[in-house]
Amino acid sequence: MNKKRQFFPRQVVEAGGNRWDWALLPIVLAVFVLMAYGSQQMARPYELGQTLPMTLDPSYLPYYLLRTTLRMFIAMGASVIFSCVFAALTTKYRVAEKVMVPMLDILQSIPILGFLSITVTAFIALFPGNLLGVECAAIFAIFTSQAWNMAFSAYQGFRSVPAELSEAAQVFQLSGWQRFWRLELPFAMPGLLWNMMMSMSGGWFFVVASEAIMVSNQTIKLPGMGSYIALAIEQSDLGAIGWAIFAMLIAVLLYDQLFFRPLLAWADKFRFEETGGDTAQSSWLLTWLRRTERTQQIVAWFAHQLERSIAVFRLSHDGTSIRARKDQPSLVPQRVWDAVIAAVVFYALWSLVHFIRTEVGWSEVGHVVLLGVYTMLRVVLLLALAALIWVPVGIWIGMNPRWASRTQAVAQFLAAFPANLVFPVAVIIIVRYHLNPDIWLSPLMILGTQWYLLFNVIAGASTIPTELRHAAKNFGLTGWLKWRRYLLPAIFPSFVTGAITASGGSWNAAIVAEFVSWGPTTLKAHGIGSYIQEMTVAGDFPRIALGIGIMCIFVMGFNHFVWRRLYTMAESRLHF
Amino acid sequence: MSTPIVELKAVGKHFRAADGSARAVLQGVDFTLREGEIVALLGQSGSGKSTMLRIMAGLIQADEGQVLYRGMPLYGTARGIRMVFQSFALFPWLTVQKNVELGLEAQGMPAEERARRAEKVIDLIGLSGFEGALPRELSGGMRQRVGIARALVMEPEVLLMDEAFSALDVLTGERLREEILELWQSGQIPTKAILVVSHNIEEAVMMADRVLIFASDPGRVRAELPISLSQPRKAESAEVRQLIDKVYELMTASSGRRGSGGGLISEREVKLQLGDRLPQADIAHMEGILETLAEEPFNGRADLPKIAEETELTDAELLEVLNALILLGFAYLTNGDILLTELGARYVKSEERQEMFGKQLLEHVPLIAYICHGLEQDKSGDLPEDLFLKLLRFTLSEDEAERALRMAIEWGRYGDLFEYNFNTGVIQRSEEDEQEAD
Repeated sequence: MNKKRQFFPRQVVEAGGNRWDWALLPIVLAVFVLMAYGSQQMARPYELGQTLPMTLDPSYLPYYLLRTTLRMFIAMGASVIFSCVFAALTTKYRVAEKVMVPMLDILQSIPILGFLSITVTAFIALFPGNLLGVECAAIFAIFTSQAWNMAFSAYQGFRSVPAELSEAAQVFQLSGWQRFWRLELPFAMPGLLWNMMMSMSGGWFFVVASEAIMVSNQTIKLPGMGSYIALAIEQSDLGAIGWAIFAMLIAVLLYDQLFFRPLLAWADKFRFEETGGDTAQSSWLLTWLRRTERTQQIVAWFAHQLERSIAVFRLSHDGTSIRARKDQPSLVPQRVWDAVIAAVVFYALWSLVHFIRTEVGWSEVGHVVLLGVYTMLRVVLLLALAALIWVPVGIWIGMNPRWASRTQAVAQFLAAFPANLVFPVAVIIIVRYHLNPDIWLSPLMILGTQWYLLFNVIAGASTIPTELRHAAKNFGLTGWLKWRRYLLPAIFPSFVTGAITASGGSWNAAIVAEFVSWGPTTLKAHGIGSYIQEMTVAGDFPRIALGIGIMCIFVMGFNHFVWRRLYTMAESRLHF
Repeated sequence: MSTPIVELKAVGKHFRAADGSARAVLQGVDFTLREGEIVALLGQSGSGKSTMLRIMAGLIQADEGQVLYRGMPLYGTARGIRMVFQSFALFPWLTVQKNVELGLEAQGMPAEERARRAEKVIDLIGLSGFEGALPRELSGGMRQRVGIARALVMEPEVLLMDEAFSALDVLTGERLREEILELWQSGQIPTKAILVVSHNIEEAVMMADRVLIFASDPGRVRAELPISLSQPRKAESAEVRQLIDKVYELMTASSGRRGSGGGLISEREVKLQLGDRLPQADIAHMEGILETLAEEPFNGRADLPKIAEETELTDAELLEVLNALILLGFAYLTNGDILLTELGARYVKSEERQEMFGKQLLEHVPLIAYICHGLEQDKSGDLPEDLFLKLLRFTLSEDEAERALRMAIEWGRYGDLFEYNFNTGVIQRSEEDEQEAD
C-alpha cells in the first residue's frame, strides 16, 4: 500500500493533513478574514472634520469589538518588540541602562492619557488624507498603557539570567543574536507573558479614552468599543452599556481562551525552577494545535527561519583572535556621560522650578499635593478594606483544592474585565440616593484591581506545605493566634505581590474613577485623578503636566518606601 | 615531554576591596596542561581553583601574566576548550538534542550534520532515547550526561570539568566518572587533555595523572603530586589509599602560615587576623566530629580519610570543619592525622559546652573579640552589622565578607556572646554579657 503512494505527486499525498487540521481550518480562516477586513477598515481615506458614523445599535457591536481588538493586538505586538529591544539595549550597554531605566521608571508611573493630545497631530500629519493617522494615535495611546511594565519585566528577566547559564553561552560561543533567542528571551518569557496579560487588562481600561481623540477642538470618535461606550455615556443609554458589558465578557473570554491560555500553556517550558506549587496551565487550543500537521508545518517554517538567522549571525572569531580581546573600559567616557546626565537632570530641575513659578504658582503645587494625599488615603483605605474581605476568603478557597483552581480562573477573568464599564451604574446609584461622591466614587478605583489580591492570596494559600498545615492542627492553633502565627505569615509574600499590582492599578484607575460622567451629570471626587481629568478636559497643559508629575512622585514614593520594603521583607523572611 | 596545549605564566587575578585597593584571588600561578594528561585541581574553598579554571576557559581575563592556548594569547572562549558545569547549566527550554546541538548551532552548522554528530555523541554517552526530553524530566545524573555530551560534541582538545560530579549522589558520580575515564582511555573521544576541579580527594586521585593542590589567601599552587598508577585504578587498593592519605596531608599540613609541614603543630601557631576569612563550619558538624574523635575506635586520634568516611562529609566540608576545630584549639594535626587536644577532650564531656565555646571564640577569633569589644564600649549595647561588613570588605570580597560575618554571628550566638536580630540586622549584647559587664 505504502509503496504505491509514492507514484502520486507529492502534493496529492501530503496535502491531506490530519483530522485536527480540518477541524482547525474554519477557525484559522475566520481569524484571517476578520483580520483582513479590520485592517482594510483602518486604512480608509479620511479628511479632518469628517465625522465617522457611530451607532448604539447592538448589531454593530461585533464590528466595533473587532476594530478595538485589532488595535489592542497591534499595540501589544509593538509593546513586545519595544520590550525586547529595550531589554537587549539596557542589558548590553551600561550607557543606555543609566538613562533608559530611570526614564522607564518615570514613564511607568505616568498616567497615559497625557500622551494622547500631544502625539495625535504628529500621527495625522504622517498619513494625510487617511484614517490611519488617527488610528495610529489611538494605537500609540494603548501602547503607552501596555508597554512600560512589560519592558521592565523583560529587563529584569534579562538581568537575572543565572551566571552559570550565561557562562555556558560564552563557552559555547553564542553571539549576541544567538544569546538573545536561545537564552535571554526564553528566560524572561514567563514574566513577560504575565505582564502582557496585565497590560491587556490595563489597555481595556483606557480604551474609552484613547478612541475618542480631541484634535483642533473637535472630537474624532474612531469606531470601536471605546467610542461606543463613550457615546452610550453621552446619551445616557443604559441598555447600550448593558450590551457593551455583555460584548466585553465575550471578548475577554475569547482572548483568554484563544490567545493567552495557549500562550501560557506553551510558555510552561520556559519555567526555570521546577517549583512544584505552580500548576501547569493547560489549553485545549494548544493541544489541538500540537496535534495538527499543517499548522505544525507553518510553525516549523518560522522556527526554521529563526534557525537560519541564528546560523547567519554567529561569532566570526575565536578566543585567540585579537578581536576577542576586551579592552579595559576607560573611565573618561563614563565620567563624561555621568556629567552629561547630571547636567540634563539639573537643567530639568531648574526649568521645572521656573515653570512652576511662571505657569502655575507654588500655591497650586501645594493644592495638588494635598489632592494627591486624598487619593493616597483612598488607595490605602480601599486596599486595607479589600484585604480585610479577600484575605480570609482567599485563604478559605485556597485551602480547599476543589475550589481553588476554579475560583482562581474566575478571579483572573474578573481582573481582566475593564471595570470602568460599570461606572455608569455607580453614577446612577449615587445620584439617585444623593450620596457623597468623595466617599462613594472611591470603591470604583479598586473595583478592577482587587481581583489581583484575591487570586494571589488563593495561590499563596494553596501552596502552604501540607506539613505546616498538619503542624498547625497538631499544636491546636486556633483563633487569633492561628491567624497571627500561621496563616497570615504563610500567605504574606503572595499577598504583597497581589497588593503591589492592585495598588499600581488603583492609582492609574483614580484618573478615571474620580471623575465620572453619565449623560449631562458629572460626578467628581476630590483627588489628584479628578484634577488631571478635569485639566485634560479643559486642555490646560501646564496643569496636566503638574498633576501627572506629582502623581508620578506619589506613586514612585509609594513603591519605594512601602512596597519595595515589604517585598524584600517577604523575600528574606517569610519564605518556605 | 608531550606538547603543551594551555600555558599559564605567572597568572594573577584581583578583586577590588572596599578601599579601592586590589586584593589577590590568584597569584603567580604557573601551569602547563599537556597533551594526553588529566590534571586535577584540589584546594579549600576560596583558594582560587575555580577562578583558574575560568581563566583557562577564557571566561575571565587574568590581570597579570600570560595565558597561552597553542602558543597564542587567549582573550576569550576558544573553540578547542569546552567546559562541563557543576550545576549542569542546561537550557531548560531546549530538549536534550537541542542542548547538545547548542554549540554546533552557534557555529552555524547545517541541521542535518548537527543532528548526525549529536546522535553519535548521544549514543556514546548513553542518552539514546532521551533526545526529545526536556532537562527537567531527567535525573541529576542524566542531566550531567547531557552537559558532558554538549561539551564532547564540539570535539574539544581540552575538556574542563568544574566540580562536575559534586551535585550528584556518590554512586551516580562514581559511575559517570568511570564512564568518562573509559571513553578517555579507549580514545573514542578526540579530547587531548582534561582538567578537573574537584573538592573530592578520592575523585582526584582516581582520575588524574597529576594533582595540583591550591593554597588560599592568596590562591596559589602549593604542591604538585604526580600519580603514575595505571588505569583503571581500584579505590580500595593500598596504593590509592596511600595517595589519598598523602593528599590529605598535603592539603592540611603545610599551610603557609602554619610553618612547614611535618612536625607537631600546636594550636597556638594558627593565628587569625581580624580581616581573615573564617572557616565555614557548622557547629553541629564540629561537635559531631569531636564526639566521633573521642569515641571508639579513634580514641582521640584519627586518620583523615577514615574520619571523612565515618562522618560522610564531603572533603570540602570536612576540611573546613577541621580548620575551625584547630583554630579554636579543640584539635590539632600531625602527619595527616587529626588529634583531639586536652581541651577538646574536656569539651566533649563538658556540661557547659556553649560557655567553653564562647571562651575559645573570644580568644582565637579576632573578629568575634572585636565585635564583643565594640558592644561593651557602646552604651546601648547594640551595633549594626553593616559596621563590621564594611570593615571586612577592606580585606575580603563582598561575598566572602558576608560569609565571614554570618559565620561569626552563628558562632557568637552559640557561644552566648551576643544576640542578633535578623530583621533589623543589629548585633546586641546578650543579657548575660551585660551583667558581666557591670
